[in-house]
Order: sequence, then C-alpha cells, then structure tokens
Amino acid sequence: MVVTTSWYLTLAAILFSMGAVGLLTRRNPLIMFMCVELMLNAVNLTFVSLGTDLGDLSGQLAVFFVLVVAAAEVVVGLAIIVAITRRRQGATADDLSVLGG
Amino acid sequence: MDATVFLISATIILTGAGGVLVARNPVHAALFLVQTLFGVAVLFVLQDATFLAAVQVIVYAGAVVILFLFVIMLLGVDRAEDLGVEPIVGQRPIVALIGASLLGLLLTVLLVSVDGPTGARAADAPLGDAGDNTRRLGEALFTDHVFAVELTALLLTVAVVGAVVLARRLRGPLQPLPVVAVASVVDDSSAPDAVEQEDGIHEAMDEGEGTT
Repeated sequence: MVVTTSWYLTLAAILFSMGAVGLLTRRNPLIMFMCVELMLNAVNLTFVSLGTDLGDLSGQLAVFFVLVVAAAEVVVGLAIIVAITRRRQGATADDLSVLGG
Repeated sequence: MDATVFLISATIILTGAGGVLVARNPVHAALFLVQTLFGVAVLFVLQDATFLAAVQVIVYAGAVVILFLFVIMLLGVDRAEDLGVEPIVGQRPIVALIGASLLGLLLTVLLVSVDGPTGARAADAPLGDAGDNTRRLGEALFTDHVFAVELTALLLTVAVVGAVVLARRLRGPLQPLPVVAVASVVDDSSAPDAVEQEDGIHEAMDEGEGTT
C-alpha cells in the first residue's frame, strides 16, 4: 500500500475538525488554546504534505513561520490568562463576556 | 512499511486529539496534546521534513506544552471540569453539526484539489532529500525570505515584552473585573446599581482595603 497525499490531507481535515469542535465546546480557556494548537498542527500537516506532493520547499517554509507565530501567540495568550485568573479565580470563557465590551 | 508507520501515527494523533477534547483535567489534556504533536512529528519524518520534525518536538512538545503545564500548575487551575453540564442549551448538537459540515467541506476541497493542484511546480526551491532538508531550508530562509525572518524576530520580541507587561504583578490592590449587568434596561436608574454591585464584589474578594 502506498501512502498518497490524500491520506495526509484526510488526516489533517479530521484533526482540524476535532480542534474546531473542541474550541467550540470546551470552556476552560487553556484547553481552548490547546484546541487551537491542534488546528494549527492540522494546517502544518497540510502544508508539508502538499509541499512534498509538489516537490516544493515553500510548504515547509510556511510551516516554519507558522511555528514561530504559534509560539508568540501562546506566550501572549497565556499571559492574558494569567492576568485574568489573578483577578478572578476559576474563570471560564463564559465568565469573560465582559471582554466583549 | 510507509503505510504501517502512517496508520500507527494517525492512530496516535487522533487518540491524542480525542483526549484533548474529552479530558476533564487540563494536565491530562496537555499530555494528550504532546501525544498528538509527536505523531505529527513522525509524519513529518515520513515526508522527509526532518528539520521541521525536530523543531516540532523541541518547540511544540518542549516549549509550548511546558509553558501550558507551568501556567496550569502555577495558577492552580488543574481542577477537573464537569463536562456533564451543558452551559448553553443545544450547544453540543450544533457544534457536532458544525464539525461534521466543516469536515465534509475540508475533505471535498482537499481531495478534489489534490488531483489537479493548481500552479506550476516550483523550480526555484526544489525539495531535497531527507539529509539535505536542513541545508536547503536554511538557504531559502536566509536568502529569499530573510525579511520575513527579521519580521518574525521582531514579532517574538514584541510577544516577550507583551507577556512581561501582561503578567507583571501590579503594585497596590487589583481592581476586580467590572460586573456587567446583563439584560438590564439601559437607563439612568441602572447606573448606581452597577456601581453597588462592583463594590460588593470588591469586599467579597477582600482586597478593597486601599480603594474607595
């Protein structure tokens, strides 16, 4: 059996959908963040698979920048969660509707 | 051989993702996330993207998840979440519907387009073999994409400064988050109530000694 690109793309689509479902159902902000990471990984997998399929290095370059931006996003997001949790213990995403203005 | 590796790592990835979805304890969710990230790294190796596989393990499984675990443990938010309650009525069925339609849409787009990928095959950045991968990636990054690399360096600096500013412990007592009166009629008489509520929260949190 030969592993074709469609296998990777199918797996990435399933992973992305699972991340989206988790993001919409979970209420703990930390776990919502982890679901965002799942979605980012699914996209990274798509980039690498299509890059391999097309014989192009650009897919891997895009993944490199996605990794850097994801790291920066996690740093800032966790700092926001720390700042919020200091003021209000055990805050879930539902309690933070004040951020909506 | 390839198919075996793919199927095993796909199982690892999907069980890890399922674990993140249903884990009640955030620490367990973080560990399931590590499992998924390792599975993706294996798939990167399988596709000769060796540098990205190493970065995936070091940055994601190393730095990012450790950061998650630090925050979970420092804040003490590692109590289990009750997944039995559904905070918004009808949320889960709607989300399941959204997830299924998203999956269908993605599969349609990806699997139809993979048969006829658009665009010309790149000649300027050809893909090397596994041993050549890191060198080629480095050459491409620091020649063609050097401006983007500098921009990401700037982005990381901004993120570090922002994290320090956000997580800094302020001097003096903290103001509690304002309480928004939900579904209240906006008129003049509702304003003093909101102020009173805010003071009540202040005293309840027992940190309003220095504030008026």
